[in-house]
Amino acid sequence: MQMRAQQIESLPVHQRPSARELGRRSEVADNPFRAMSSPTKAKPVASGVEQMFPPMVTTIAQKQRMILAAVDDAAAAAGLHPGMALTHARALMPDLDVRDADPQGDRALLHRLALFAVRRWTPTAQVDELDGLLMDISGVAHLFDGEQRMARHILRFCHRAGLFGRIAIADTVGAAHALARFGKERISICRTHEELTALGSMPIAALRLDERQRDGAQRLGIERIGDLVAMPRAPLSRRLGGSLLRRLDQATGRLAEPLVPVVPFEMPDVVRRFAEPIGAAETIARVIADLTQDLARLLLSRGLGVRILRLVCERVDRAEQAVVVGTARGTRDIAHMLRLLTMKIETIDPGFGIDSMRLIALRSEPLDPIALTADFGENAPADLASLVDQIVTRLGQAAIYRPTARESDVPERSIGRVFPLEVANCWSTLWPRPARMLRRPERIENVLAGLPDHPPKRFKWRGVTHTIICADGPERIRGEWWRRPAESHAVRDYFRVENEHGERFWVFRRGDGEHACSGDLSWHIHGIFG
Amino acid sequence: MAEIQAISPVLRPEAEYLPFAVAALDERLAGGGLASAALHEFAGQTASMGDDAAASLFAAGIASRASTADILWIMASPDLFAPGLASAGIAADRLIQVEAGKDEDALAVMEEALRHGALAAVVCEVTRVGMTATRRLQLAAEEGGTTALLLRRWCKASDDPLSTPSSAVTRWRIGCAPSSPLPVAGVGRPRWQVSLMRQRGGDPFTWLLEGCDAQGRVAVPAEPRRRPAPPRRGEARQAA
Repeated sequence: MQMRAQQIESLPVHQRPSARELGRRSEVADNPFRAMSSPTKAKPVASGVEQMFPPMVTTIAQKQRMILAAVDDAAAAAGLHPGMALTHARALMPDLDVRDADPQGDRALLHRLALFAVRRWTPTAQVDELDGLLMDISGVAHLFDGEQRMARHILRFCHRAGLFGRIAIADTVGAAHALARFGKERISICRTHEELTALGSMPIAALRLDERQRDGAQRLGIERIGDLVAMPRAPLSRRLGGSLLRRLDQATGRLAEPLVPVVPFEMPDVVRRFAEPIGAAETIARVIADLTQDLARLLLSRGLGVRILRLVCERVDRAEQAVVVGTARGTRDIAHMLRLLTMKIETIDPGFGIDSMRLIALRSEPLDPIALTADFGENAPADLASLVDQIVTRLGQAAIYRPTARESDVPERSIGRVFPLEVANCWSTLWPRPARMLRRPERIENVLAGLPDHPPKRFKWRGVTHTIICADGPERIRGEWWRRPAESHAVRDYFRVENEHGERFWVFRRGDGEHACSGDLSWHIHGIFG
Repeated sequence: MAEIQAISPVLRPEAEYLPFAVAALDERLAGGGLASAALHEFAGQTASMGDDAAASLFAAGIASRASTADILWIMASPDLFAPGLASAGIAADRLIQVEAGKDEDALAVMEEALRHGALAAVVCEVTRVGMTATRRLQLAAEEGGTTALLLRRWCKASDDPLSTPSSAVTRWRIGCAPSSPLPVAGVGRPRWQVSLMRQRGGDPFTWLLEGCDAQGRVAVPAEPRRRPAPPRRGEARQAA
């Protein structure tokens, strides 16, 4: 009986005999398909993270079908791999988190990483294909206590930055490329002249071949790099193209492969050092003028306009005095830069004297030459940006703005601020609006007004009683329920009232006079008409 | 006498004038209008906020008609309401506001803006300003070809801002007056008691005007003589 039970157990669910056939009628006959476990659920869970987040893959379009561009650990554990069709992957794992690949973003990030590497680790770094970074560490590794420790240091940085990295150190670019992608360990170091030994057992895909060459090699039965090395070179070159041999030679070091390093952007800066420390404001001003001229020449040669200028004065006591000015638009106008810097000259404390002064274009943007008209720009209108810069330098960024219309009926919210060089939206002039607005509505007292919608006949504000001769209104403004729940029923009834002297005020009453929830019927003054 | 002539600004013969397009005003003004590249001063008739707002709108109307370029409005405190200026002729896309806390900063910014020359007009709100400062502003306005409008605000009721000397070409005092009567209940077009206290090359005068419309133009009331004179209030005015 036990044997038979085991036999039945080993059958697939849908082939098992029904309970009726087994002669047991008391058992509930389940739907046989319900008991089937899905293949995905049967997979073991790889880590705790996976339980919270479904496996993630990125996809990219290739010839009218979506293929996987990259997979995360959980997805890789389930047997997904880059290059697989998305439909296939979905069939294997229904609860897949699918996102679009962003090759441009990846490339930009790699470029940033390369720039970082140039500043931090080695002067020569290059972005390698879509997913790698090549660094020439000759003569650098000893600064990090050897290659092994340097590699570990870099991997630790990558981990902190949220990147997964693998590092291979080899004498040739080809070998390092192959080892980093197909090697067994995260850090692999290939010793001198051992490239062939290290690469021999690797698939030929490690050699940076194109697709045609890979297919051709596969047809010939060449799978490992070792096989390729063992074959005669001449027929190989004829069959698969000369570039295959070139790649092989580059990996083994027979052909040189120079790096094309990324060049970090260097901020334009000019410096003046003095034989004797200077301290007088006039001298400083003269040096600033010289520095500005030098910087303008430098900016012109590089086609740049400065947005943020930083002037650093190094004093004899090694303390630094810095002045920063910004411009609203890229500029290399000597007079303008000089005017902005001169406005800040009194903030420089020379102490016992200044040894050297440096002017740095902290932020700059491309600035092309401007075509002048026939009058050589004599009658061109003055540029507003330079005035804005002067005011910003004097009063700060927040002090100058353009008022702009915002989509709101509540008066204090209908006004926004944009930078002066941007375009503002206009208000409708249909409704009377006061010229002056109180910072916040002020309560008025002793109001004599009829309900529900009569203007006040008399009120007292700031100790003065105003008798109203004529009035306009009400203009009902409702609260914006989508901002605050307290405003959902709030109502303000605005009146334009004129007193016996001809002064015109904008007053409002909270509430519509009929429903208690719309307001407490208190009166306020909000603005003054001219 | 030679000293006085040396410090008095020379009005250039080719100077441009900005007319009000109101015959009653323009024929009283030397040059047939306000000098474009010159300093003009405005103050409320009394320290009340209504008169102050009226002076602001009167200045706004002049600024909006000066040219089609942008207008810089330098404020001491941010109580200006731009939608209200829009109905006095300054559309929002022409207005740039500057919050300058102190009078010195405000005057320095105004001088820079006047010399810059890219603006139609510069309006500046100050409480105290000396003779030297107004002289600098007048020279800056001439140099940049920009209309300079100095809005003098009362800081306390006993301290008339127009009592101090100034080198402004014209000095104005604006007060509220009862609005034009309507056949139905309601507030009509605002009216102002506009007093030209001083002008270079002309006599002082007082008008009753209707407030600025959306193009920044003032108007003479249709029947000024049949109305009773607006009630005078406040203390006796001093000539500036």
